[in-house]
Amino acid sequence: MKAIVYKEECTACGDCVEVCPVEAIEVVDEVAQVDDNCTLCGLCVDACGYEAIGLPEVLTVETEDIESYKGVWVVAEHHGGEVNSVSFELLGAGRMLADKLEVELAAVLIGDQLQDAANQLIGYGADRVYLAEHPGLEPFNDESHANVLTELIQQKKPDILLAGATAMGRSFIPRVAVAVRTGLTADCTGLDIGDDGLLYQTRPAFGGNVMATILCPNRRPQMATVRPMVMRKPAFDSARQGVVENFTPSPEAVSSRVKVLETVTQPQETARLTEADVVVTGGRGLQKAENFKLLEELALLIDGAVGATRSVVDEGWMSYSHQVGQTGKTVSPKLYLACGVSGAIQHVVGMQGSEIIVAVNKDPNAPIFDVVNYGVVSDLFEFLPALVKKIKEQRG
Amino acid sequence: MHIVVCIKQVPDAKNVRIDPETCTLVRQGVDSIVNPHDWYAVEAALRFRDEYGGKVTALTMGPPQAEEALREILALGVDEAVLLSDRAFAGADTWATSLTLARAVNKLGPVDLVICGKQAIDGDTAQVGPGLAAHLDQPYTTYARRLELLDDDQLLAERITDKGYEVVKMPLPAVVTVVREIGDPRMPGLKHKMRARKQAIPVLGAADLDLSPEEVGLQGSYTQVVKVFSPPPRCGREMLSGTPEEQAEKLLKLLKEAKVQGI
Repeated sequence: MKAIVYKEECTACGDCVEVCPVEAIEVVDEVAQVDDNCTLCGLCVDACGYEAIGLPEVLTVETEDIESYKGVWVVAEHHGGEVNSVSFELLGAGRMLADKLEVELAAVLIGDQLQDAANQLIGYGADRVYLAEHPGLEPFNDESHANVLTELIQQKKPDILLAGATAMGRSFIPRVAVAVRTGLTADCTGLDIGDDGLLYQTRPAFGGNVMATILCPNRRPQMATVRPMVMRKPAFDSARQGVVENFTPSPEAVSSRVKVLETVTQPQETARLTEADVVVTGGRGLQKAENFKLLEELALLIDGAVGATRSVVDEGWMSYSHQVGQTGKTVSPKLYLACGVSGAIQHVVGMQGSEIIVAVNKDPNAPIFDVVNYGVVSDLFEFLPALVKKIKEQRG
Repeated sequence: MHIVVCIKQVPDAKNVRIDPETCTLVRQGVDSIVNPHDWYAVEAALRFRDEYGGKVTALTMGPPQAEEALREILALGVDEAVLLSDRAFAGADTWATSLTLARAVNKLGPVDLVICGKQAIDGDTAQVGPGLAAHLDQPYTTYARRLELLDDDQLLAERITDKGYEVVKMPLPAVVTVVREIGDPRMPGLKHKMRARKQAIPVLGAADLDLSPEEVGLQGSYTQVVKVFSPPPRCGREMLSGTPEEQAEKLLKLLKEAKVQGI
């Protein structure tokens, strides 16, 4: 299998040759030719300005009894009963999908002592909550939670299943997808129902440099993890009515070969990076560890989290848990404020999904200014204190 | 102790930059690199072997040129390398990839521990490690920053979570994915470099893994890419001029208009 060239459209411009990461394309006799090295990554499809190249379709995998799968599910993530806000965001997205398909929206809650959380999920839009409670299901354990969710899917057969693309969701949902033999799309930023009734799942790839829309045509449920902070959280309605349906998992499902010996919650500022509305990141321009106090003061003032570039972490000025970028965390807050950050592509791929990007840098030619909404060419040691002062003044 | 480390050859992100004129992303060149996260997986595997004995086999699935990536890894002191390459493997999603890798691990067996990087930088899915564990029906953990073999031959792992960290233990054989904090990758040694150049790297195809063409690659995938497109460019940037005080004031006004919470 390889990319297909539509010869009549091809202008032999060579753009596809340039972008192919495996050197699988060359122009021969005025037309692009794809060889067997093709990995079907799709970069050439995006690069072609003439729609002269495409990917083959998958149609040969077994099609099972798709019609019997109904409803949209959201797997609720919680820590000891405190529901993660991404789950509420997913109920908002799930509501839209369920309404389009005219089906029920259900939430799945796995753990122990979760009645309050169940009611909360109903208030945020769930018509039904599947509640699997067992002392052995608390705290979270990849294996037992995957087992229970697998049993629930096999019995209740949802059409669509969404979970947060958090460390937890990205860790245990892939196991469930394999167990129920279906496809899973990671870290989606867009979801919609097509005219064909299928779930169109859009996600960034190649570090956000291209977007891909993905289908799971022949297996059910259609499963996706969804990036936090992307979908809008619906309003809470305490009067909303819904059904809480208890589910008793089998004893085998509750057991796990993996034992959780210790769960440690670390200070807020290190953990909140992927959930905060505002991320204030410092780069090498901060010059030394002590200067991060400037960022911490600002972050505290505007309820933000503090991020760091790789070089800052390498210097030991901040811990790895703060690192944003290719080998750190990917964040997409409402506001990303980069201070003294040069803007290496490895950093940019970890933050370019942010809604508003602001950079403060002394060097007007720093590459970071290529990706900003607002650029501030200034000495950050003058600008940041001025910003903090103004915020305080305006608050009175 | 037989440790398998799974790696992937990926396009180099350095070849991507933003054209400030058009605000579009420009990709240049065709350089391939070893997935940056996988260096930590290799380092974790080598440290584990050096501490507890045994051998490390590097495994990758990819086009024939992925052999270069394996030679780079061999130069770090990995003992053996196996390339899974077959025209039929092309276009594999995470289901088909993890199935193919799982079959290969079984073929190499008995294997005590499989180590993967936390994710690959091209797909960014982080699904192959957990998927591989599921296909192998083995316990696993993700985002590990410390690994230790206990006296009862169980694996102890410290893993980072969104809220902090967790300590877990599990029997072997098992699968783990690791993060950067596991330790910085070592430099290639001269002796290993020489060996890496010459060492035979077996190539296995679908038939060698007892997989039919329908079970692998695009044919064996449950998900299908129907559209690939460039994200909307971030255009219309505004540079804020004036003294630092004036700049701060302008920025606050803009952020207030955009209704950023906390401002």
